[in-house]
Amino acid sequence: MNEQPILEARKLNKAFGSLTVTRDVNMSLMRGERRALIGPNGAGKTTFVNLLSGRFAPSSGSILLGGADVTRADEARRSKLGIGRTFQITSLFPQLTAHKNVFLALAETAGVGFDMLRCASSYASLHDRADQLLDQVGLSSQAETPVQRLPYGQQRLIEIAIALALEPKVLLLDEPAAGIPTAERDVILDIIEALPSDIAVLLIDHDMDLVFRFAQRITVLVHGAVLVEGSPTEIAANQDVRDVYLGEK
Amino acid sequence: MSAPSNSALARLRLPAALALPAWLKAVPWVAALATYFFAPQYAPLLTQIFIMILFAMSLDLLVGYTGIVSLGHAALFGTGAYLAGILCLRGLTDPLASALVAMAVAAAVGFAFGSLMLRTKGLAFLMLSVSSAMLLYEIANKATAITGGDDGLQGIAFSRVLGIWEFDFEGTIAFFYSLAILFLAFAFMQRLVNSPFGWSLRGIRENDLRMKAIGCQIYRRRLTAYTIAAALAGLAGALQAQCTGFVALNSLSFELSGAVLIMLIVGGSGRLYGPFFGVPIYMIAQDYLAKNDPTNWFLWQGVILLALVFFARGGLLGLAERGFLRGFGKGTE
Repeated sequence: MNEQPILEARKLNKAFGSLTVTRDVNMSLMRGERRALIGPNGAGKTTFVNLLSGRFAPSSGSILLGGADVTRADEARRSKLGIGRTFQITSLFPQLTAHKNVFLALAETAGVGFDMLRCASSYASLHDRADQLLDQVGLSSQAETPVQRLPYGQQRLIEIAIALALEPKVLLLDEPAAGIPTAERDVILDIIEALPSDIAVLLIDHDMDLVFRFAQRITVLVHGAVLVEGSPTEIAANQDVRDVYLGEK
Repeated sequence: MSAPSNSALARLRLPAALALPAWLKAVPWVAALATYFFAPQYAPLLTQIFIMILFAMSLDLLVGYTGIVSLGHAALFGTGAYLAGILCLRGLTDPLASALVAMAVAAAVGFAFGSLMLRTKGLAFLMLSVSSAMLLYEIANKATAITGGDDGLQGIAFSRVLGIWEFDFEGTIAFFYSLAILFLAFAFMQRLVNSPFGWSLRGIRENDLRMKAIGCQIYRRRLTAYTIAAALAGLAGALQAQCTGFVALNSLSFELSGAVLIMLIVGGSGRLYGPFFGVPIYMIAQDYLAKNDPTNWFLWQGVILLALVFFARGGLLGLAERGFLRGFGKGTE
């Protein structure tokens, strides 16, 4: 019997007015799979991630999480159901400390975000978990620093810590290493490689070294449609990919 | 993580230098009591200050903690004031019972308005908040049989507080009664803003889209905050009716909504203690300027506000906080 995909997009379309950005995209992500989504600028990669995470509603098509249709579920609901994400443009709580940034995600995941009678400081296990996650991304020493004062690379790491705090079944990483120095890029690479093996990861990035080092399979998106899907070796050898993406003509 | 995970300080996530000593937190309360004992003639003014602090505190939950800027908060204050006054004239004269009813009704009004208004953000919300207050203002203005219209509600006489203390001419009972209510409301607010709910409101203020992405139903969270703020504003309004024995249309006015926002900004929003500084300074300055330069006092008020905006972002507490941090060379939220 075939294993059911943990996340599945079926004939997904998204149009903004007359501009169609996602065209009949089908994609299946298996539990624990490491998948990369690549494509030239404007290919619709981030839009596709926004459709999967629930930020955008699709014009047509459906999204299934663990076999259940979540197309109509909003972003918050999908997050609760297990779709975690990072953002291409860092999206944090700038005036709050790194610890509080992670704690907020943990509190929502634990379902205590609405609790108004107990002091937040009394949730020992959540604070310990926040400390662990910050330690995991190498930012223990910055736990009490407002994130707006952290360098960009460290802010990207907090994005990942927040995404992990959601205990996702599927993690959508939208250019997690974009625009950061090489040293911190390596840290991000190490963190991504060390992610729990049961989490399916969809990585968007333009860094081919990162993509080919990370991915078991690669999907190439061009003009909002899937051009080709295959193993890194197949993608590297595909002439269409070379033509439209790698610029080898 | 080097900080001890089981220490209260570590849990509060404050650098040791920033943990306020308990005595400092007691200063506003002690100052209020001391002013009364040394200058009891100011009891009515202090009572007004307490009521406005409570009102500003309720607005702070929206502006400072949730990032919802309202210019119609008087709608909820006035609802509480009118309700307490009308109920008193119709037989519900017990101060605590009428305060509770006023809170509940203001919360219901806040929930009703909020459930519509909070579907918008920014300028659209601001305009709707002004409209909601204007709507209630006009209703109060026209329904003269119930509200007294332009003349306001007069002849309001509440019974004794807890059946023991009668509101006196000198304002002593009103002073202690409003101080006690303010203290209870403050304790509630302190608990609220330090709860996971309160932290999530700060998250919404900082980045509502990110809060949504981590699983927070932000509309529900904002509506809850709005309803709680409405209840507290209604309580402040009820106190106003009880302590002055009079309810005027002014309690629903745009001017009051603007003034309480200014008081909050002067003290510093999102800091709990901000209204304790902003309200008395605004009210005393207003009193002084109106007395000494009655024709130009609005001008001076404007000059002071401009100075605060340019040189004291985050209000007086923000200014003090920055000075304090510079002294310790620390960063904070």
